[in-house]
Amino acid sequence: MKVHEYQSKELLKSFGIPTPKSIVTENKISLLNSFKEFGSRAVLKVQVHAGGRGKSGGVKLLENSNDVNDFADKFFGKYFKTIQTGDDSVLVNKILVEEVSNILSEMYLALLVDGSNQSINIIVSPEGGTDIEEIASKNPEKILNFPVNTILGPTDFQIREILDFLLLDIKSFSKLKNIIQGLYKLYLEKDCSLIEINPLIVNNRHELIALDAKISFDEDALYRNEDILDLRDINQENEIEIHAAELGIKYVQLKGSVGCIVNGAGLAMATMDVIQSSGLKPANFLDIGGGADEEKISKAMSTVLSDVNVKIVLVNLFGGILRCDVASRGFIMALDKYQSSAPKLIIRMQGTNSEEGKDILNATNYNISFAENLDQISKILMDKE
Amino acid sequence: MSLRIDENTKVIVQGITGKEGGFHALRCIEYGTNIVAGVTPGKGGQLFNDSINVYDSMKSAKQETDANTSLIFVPAPFAPDAILESIYSGIKTVICITEGIPVNEMIKIYKIANDNNVTLIGPNCPGLINPSANCKIGIMPGDIFTPGRIGVVSRSGTLTYEAVDQLTKNGIGQSLCVGIGGDPIIGTTFIDVLDYFINDTDTDGIVFIGEIGGTKEQEAAEFLKSVNNSKPIAALIVGASAPEGKRMGHAGAVISGDSGKAESKINALRDAGCEIIVHPGRIADTLKKII
Repeated sequence: MKVHEYQSKELLKSFGIPTPKSIVTENKISLLNSFKEFGSRAVLKVQVHAGGRGKSGGVKLLENSNDVNDFADKFFGKYFKTIQTGDDSVLVNKILVEEVSNILSEMYLALLVDGSNQSINIIVSPEGGTDIEEIASKNPEKILNFPVNTILGPTDFQIREILDFLLLDIKSFSKLKNIIQGLYKLYLEKDCSLIEINPLIVNNRHELIALDAKISFDEDALYRNEDILDLRDINQENEIEIHAAELGIKYVQLKGSVGCIVNGAGLAMATMDVIQSSGLKPANFLDIGGGADEEKISKAMSTVLSDVNVKIVLVNLFGGILRCDVASRGFIMALDKYQSSAPKLIIRMQGTNSEEGKDILNATNYNISFAENLDQISKILMDKE
Repeated sequence: MSLRIDENTKVIVQGITGKEGGFHALRCIEYGTNIVAGVTPGKGGQLFNDSINVYDSMKSAKQETDANTSLIFVPAPFAPDAILESIYSGIKTVICITEGIPVNEMIKIYKIANDNNVTLIGPNCPGLINPSANCKIGIMPGDIFTPGRIGVVSRSGTLTYEAVDQLTKNGIGQSLCVGIGGDPIIGTTFIDVLDYFINDTDTDGIVFIGEIGGTKEQEAAEFLKSVNNSKPIAALIVGASAPEGKRMGHAGAVISGDSGKAESKINALRDAGCEIIVHPGRIADTLKKII
């Protein structure tokens, strides 16, 4: 789960990590007032769950109220596209007003889980302010990445190593230690999946400050972090995805025209790949899970049909626990609501009660092609175009 | 670490009185697995399926039955404790089916399992199956498997079934199939299973199924380059059509950075001598070309 920058910074602050003075605003009047509080010189930052804000004009250092007025008009209540959102756009409801920092140097600092070390890793670079991927491809030697010992946490000698790598003075040791240990504590206590401080700066008073912050959280741990769940901003999320999640369906909306309904995440990805290799694009990822009943399956079909871009629905079920006859009845429940506007269907059913499942669908008037295997799905998809 | 499961494998099912645990325990028994006990705290003294003793703790279940393996169906908030209870009872192989365990919990559990030389498979996995010994410890549909000499290793459940179904329909049997799980932190990795297959006299060839996210496939490729392996491997990576930054069901299936993309995994495995399966419908066809 993602949160806004201002929320990330509030969390950092509560774990003792220095951040710039800032005020979050929700309308033009409070934005203008806050700007004045900073002496009519401040950085304005739109709050959206998307990267690339700065490069897309959503972060500006402004020095007069007219410009602030224009900034408010341009963003409040409007949809904003960044270089990372692609064709999508995200709603701006909040703008952060922040004091201007005098930057001596910019660094990168992140914590994340590394599956290969089975640990939490700390990643640092003296080249902050740019995308870490860019540093990784251009100057991989400028990145230090090491696992934190699960029992000990970050130790002093490791922090000294980071200090050296970041070209910081030994006088900054206790400041850096405070930040790294605070981040590690935050990571564990709130079940983060990523904390990224980019940049971490040294200012002209030789303080270490988290100038920007991005934190995301382990969705599987939200049950024990209700305070984090409260930070969720559903305005930043996809409507169909929110609805699907409420139904217990794993669904991700994509851009294509072939909707798919699959049981199992791996098979769902494989099915998307089959669609793509047939020259079409998947409209979604969807995993209905193991023991779905008729009603849940009907809701999965309705979810896919609610995407207006869907022209074909591809069902690929490998029935184990899931019974294909139950699935077929669920599909019909949903399709009957669409009647004549129901799209073309391609059905592949394998495993438990698959013959009964196909018979049930065959008895309807819907436009259905049956496939025996993944190769046949490809062939049918290619014919449909 | 041994992944051998056979008639000597005696299994305790943790969470046997639950809906899922009970359902799958019965399917395992039907397949031929030697399930010797169940554990559900507070339900000790009951009988499962009129035949299997239920105990309050792993300690007592292990003492009474001398089991060597546990299979876990406990809900996510309680599953880490169930794994620990298994480890400290002296069980040496733990298979955790449970999905949705917080990653930070698994980091700790992984370390403890490792320190105690316990083979942990999963979490968020379908388990493992040895068709020739009629031994299934997991949730896979038993009827699609057939005894033979091909090892299958995969991060995904249903995609394993898809692969096995293709193999069986093409007359290719399986020696052992292992679903290692879709989470970022898992006990047994591709490397462990590949190492087992390469040294296993019952296995002649391998089907390897990976997916986007993380770098476990690249590490497997590095491992393959470092060992003397003459067994043919057909490898499939799914998720080429998935966008960056979005979780594709599995907690571990999120692309962040180039290394998580299908392409870099495919390249690494090709470099390591694997035959790449270019379409998920051609798993068996591709393997047939190289065995």
